[in-house]
Amino acid sequence: MPARVVVLGGGVGGTLAANLLSKELGKEATVTVVDSTGMHLYQPGFLYVALDQANALWLARDERTLLRKQVELVVDQATKIDPGAQTVSLAHASTISYDYLVVATGSRIVREAVPGYGDTHDFYSLDGAQRLREELRRFTGGRILVGVAGIPYKCPPAPVEFVLMLDEYLRKRGIRDKSSVTLLSPLNRAFTIESASKLVQPIFDRQGVGLSTFFNVETVDAEQRTVTSLEGETAGYDLLVLVPPHRGAAVVEASGLGDAGGWIPTDRNTLQHTQHERIFALGDTTDLPISKSGSTAHFEAPVVASRIASFVRGTAPKNAYGGRVMCFLETGGGRATSLRFDYAHPPIPPKPSRLWHWAKWIFNRAYWVTVPQGRVG
Amino acid sequence: MTLTMTRTLDCKGLACPMPIVKTAQAMRLLAPGELIEVLATDPGATKDFAAWANATGNALVETGQDGAVLRFVLKKKG
Repeated sequence: MPARVVVLGGGVGGTLAANLLSKELGKEATVTVVDSTGMHLYQPGFLYVALDQANALWLARDERTLLRKQVELVVDQATKIDPGAQTVSLAHASTISYDYLVVATGSRIVREAVPGYGDTHDFYSLDGAQRLREELRRFTGGRILVGVAGIPYKCPPAPVEFVLMLDEYLRKRGIRDKSSVTLLSPLNRAFTIESASKLVQPIFDRQGVGLSTFFNVETVDAEQRTVTSLEGETAGYDLLVLVPPHRGAAVVEASGLGDAGGWIPTDRNTLQHTQHERIFALGDTTDLPISKSGSTAHFEAPVVASRIASFVRGTAPKNAYGGRVMCFLETGGGRATSLRFDYAHPPIPPKPSRLWHWAKWIFNRAYWVTVPQGRVG
Repeated sequence: MTLTMTRTLDCKGLACPMPIVKTAQAMRLLAPGELIEVLATDPGATKDFAAWANATGNALVETGQDGAVLRFVLKKKG
């Protein structure tokens, strides 16, 4: 009988892992992807939608078209994982059994975790990005604050990219001199990674983008238009854009498989659940202290696929994850830099240039025909 | 002398800026003058805690290291 591999979540990591498993194991396994919407969203595109640089249409594809035809797709909500019985309960269909489970359910936005969050703007969902785009089109000038309302969050460079691209957007609209742009940073620098921070600080200075340090957002008062930090500071705004708090998926929490934040305790090299050897996790789903990003999931998926294939065949698993992540960082003015790092090596970002901006642009465009199929590694 | 702690915040294994954020949260619950011990393994924490204490007015009263584990003792301002 073929091994039954079930993948929860049809994002970058789940889709790639499923395709690689199907390709590697052929008739030795059945591969089933369970996804709650059946729609695959290219989340790095939200930033460009919010700043009116891209149409929302290129960000969504039918998940079915991204999976190998041998992979079964079940569009349903997984509600509970039972590691003892090796089953997954679904909201609308009967329970499915697995021999190996890949949890790739990612993160979930929990705006309600911030008192007063209300209709504060964000670019962490397609709706949010579209609403922000409309708000920016109407914007005629004023104080803009951009901050982070919970850690960890997806795509750590996004707030920095957003303020630098917003600066450019406001200049093009001719309202930059009527506006102030300030990034509220959890630390005493623009970005967690020190080398990248050193690189962007002069750009902040040159563009007149403000930096408010050690400002960890705690509450928002939408009526008074103020935001208050854990450190006790209060700042006023005309437009507030926050990265909303994230948690692990509801199914992980409901199954008691996550930590306090709903993230799966994951072995940093084997990507297995620390307590359940038949359960693997990747991407945002894990508790690993590395970036929550599509890139992380992209580099983890081949490790998960290869290790499961070894288990199915009863051979010793060879591949291990070394913490590899690669991402681009837009620095405004049509320039970008890149960050490449792993567990042992912090990034040394190159000077921002047009080259990296175009590399990011090409990657964004080529995503649909390369990443889910495993054509770039 | 190592101070005896009643409150310890375990931030071992957490990446920057988590230890700072968790400490800022924990600090809110302390009375002025109370101490808290924070354990972390992120190598950047040494610089970050010194800068955070300096910026927020809370005192960094003791630092130490046991293998890979960094120890910080902070005293709430006021």
